[in-house]
Amino acid sequence: MGRIQLKQVQKKFGDTEVIPPLDLAIEDGEFVVFVGPSGCGKSTLLRLIAGLEDTTSGLIEIDGADATDTPPAKRGLAMVFQSYALYPHMSVRKNIAFPMRMAKMSKEEQNKRIEAAAKALNLTDYLDRKPGQLSGGQRQRVAIGRAIVREPAAFLFDEPLSNLDAALRVGMRMEISELHKKLDTTMVYVTHDQVEAMTMADKIVVLQAGVIEQVGSPLELYRNPRNLFVAGFIGSPKMNFIQGAEAVKHGAQTIGIRPEHIDVSTSDGAWQGTVGVAEHLGSDTFIHIHGIDGCDPMTVRAPGDVAAKHGDTVFLTPQTTQIHKFGADGLRMT
Amino acid sequence: MARAVSNRTKTLNTIVAGTLGFLLFFPILWIVVLSFKTEENAIRAPLEVLFSSGWTMDSFSAVQARSDYFKHFSNSVIIAVGSTVLGLIIAIPAAWSMAFVPSKHTKNVLMWMLSTKMLPPVGVLVPIYLLFRDFNLLDTRIGLTVVLMLINLPIIIWMLYTYFKEIPGEILEASRMDGATLREEIIYVLTPMAIPGMASTVLLNIILAWNEAFWTINLTAANAAPLTAFITSYSSPEGLFYAKLSAASVMAIAPILIMGWFSQKQLVRGLTFGAVK
Repeated sequence: MGRIQLKQVQKKFGDTEVIPPLDLAIEDGEFVVFVGPSGCGKSTLLRLIAGLEDTTSGLIEIDGADATDTPPAKRGLAMVFQSYALYPHMSVRKNIAFPMRMAKMSKEEQNKRIEAAAKALNLTDYLDRKPGQLSGGQRQRVAIGRAIVREPAAFLFDEPLSNLDAALRVGMRMEISELHKKLDTTMVYVTHDQVEAMTMADKIVVLQAGVIEQVGSPLELYRNPRNLFVAGFIGSPKMNFIQGAEAVKHGAQTIGIRPEHIDVSTSDGAWQGTVGVAEHLGSDTFIHIHGIDGCDPMTVRAPGDVAAKHGDTVFLTPQTTQIHKFGADGLRMT
Repeated sequence: MARAVSNRTKTLNTIVAGTLGFLLFFPILWIVVLSFKTEENAIRAPLEVLFSSGWTMDSFSAVQARSDYFKHFSNSVIIAVGSTVLGLIIAIPAAWSMAFVPSKHTKNVLMWMLSTKMLPPVGVLVPIYLLFRDFNLLDTRIGLTVVLMLINLPIIIWMLYTYFKEIPGEILEASRMDGATLREEIIYVLTPMAIPGMASTVLLNIILAWNEAFWTINLTAANAAPLTAFITSYSSPEGLFYAKLSAASVMAIAPILIMGWFSQKQLVRGLTFGAVK
């Protein structure tokens, strides 16, 4: 069980309101990702759920019981920190055993769970090492091991992958996703990386300045962003926004078109521009194009074999069904 | 890249440093030399002292015969260790709260604590003396232990505070998430991580308490007198007991000198307040 409900939860540091009153429901077994730019309050929100910060007002319910004033240890949640936060003076085995030791669990049960966790996380050979002798990825796995042996109601992850290098990050991302499938336990995951959010989440919560901009499945957010912020934040490369005459033609203040929804041609098209930078990734080519009214530069995602180079003239045509329209208030127009 | 230094400069630096070191060490060396001389040889001119014949242990036996060294020694140990342990019991929670739950006044509190060390002790001699008299604490070990603890408490708190500050808060939060109570958090997580810092703090404060002379001399007579008071009892205005005074001094500083020698590494860390790792 791991149903977490926030009701009008508010957080102030002194006079600064970091999180204006917000409501959010996290269902049992869901993988929820809080995503947003740095300083948007996503980590604070997670720490409020963990109990490491006190709410200024509002109610936090875990499995239907009021947990607003329950100390972190009693909430039945486990947390994985960005810095791993392993106990440097304890071996890997003792690190993993620590929460069970605090819960006064029998030694046999402790050992059984340590062995199982170590096996699942490929840590069996490292159980007697100290954290200082492990690589970043191994440390992160120890931190996860320490979290799973408790069999918590929910896992909280605070940017767990941001200290790892890119290759390792992709691997760990998959390991965490698989862990979620296997354990079927609620996971709340904080990240600033929208790729992590898109690939892992059942449900994404997009935050800006402590306010929830939109809640939905990854594809929902991709297809129907509620406002300009979500439209620009979800998707990589970023959505192109066009203002001025072109937008007015569609009866909107701003129109948005994703780089992958623009066709490129060297002979004819709706818009004409010159190539500034072309990034050849092999599988794709990202072309940044200058000279288009109301949007400079415009980014286009073209197939990997497109031979665009600096200074080339290109013609662009948006796929009309994929145009997003936004009103003067920044909200999506239907 | 290391800075280029010519051999001549190196030699010169070595000579200057060696000379300075010798000058600083000389008084202690001289005390040791005098302690092995007879009283009449000890008051001669320095060179004569050095080359006078007759090295003797007489001063040491005379000192031990006149006053019970081991009683003063055990007083010193009890007061120095006791005040340090008592200080730790108060300082650990104080430093913990200032390092991990700071308020906007934490810096001021720390400065205020340090400022008490700027007050000359003699400024509070009268009130403390009267308090001791009224509470029957004069010439008691418990009284001295408490006073020395209070004298050194600011330093203990400051040192522990700087060590605790180096411990990442996330690790303590992790222990809280793992179900540790505040007591378990301090015992199983914070203390083991702060052991090196605590060791330096303990060592430095034992030395400070061991060498503290103002309060130990003024608040004791015979029963609770530690080694500092023991040395003082051999100083006389006529200066006829150089050898015995030196012997007493050697006996008083030897234990702490030996302890300091074996714990140099920890001490350096302690004296630099955690700046050297």
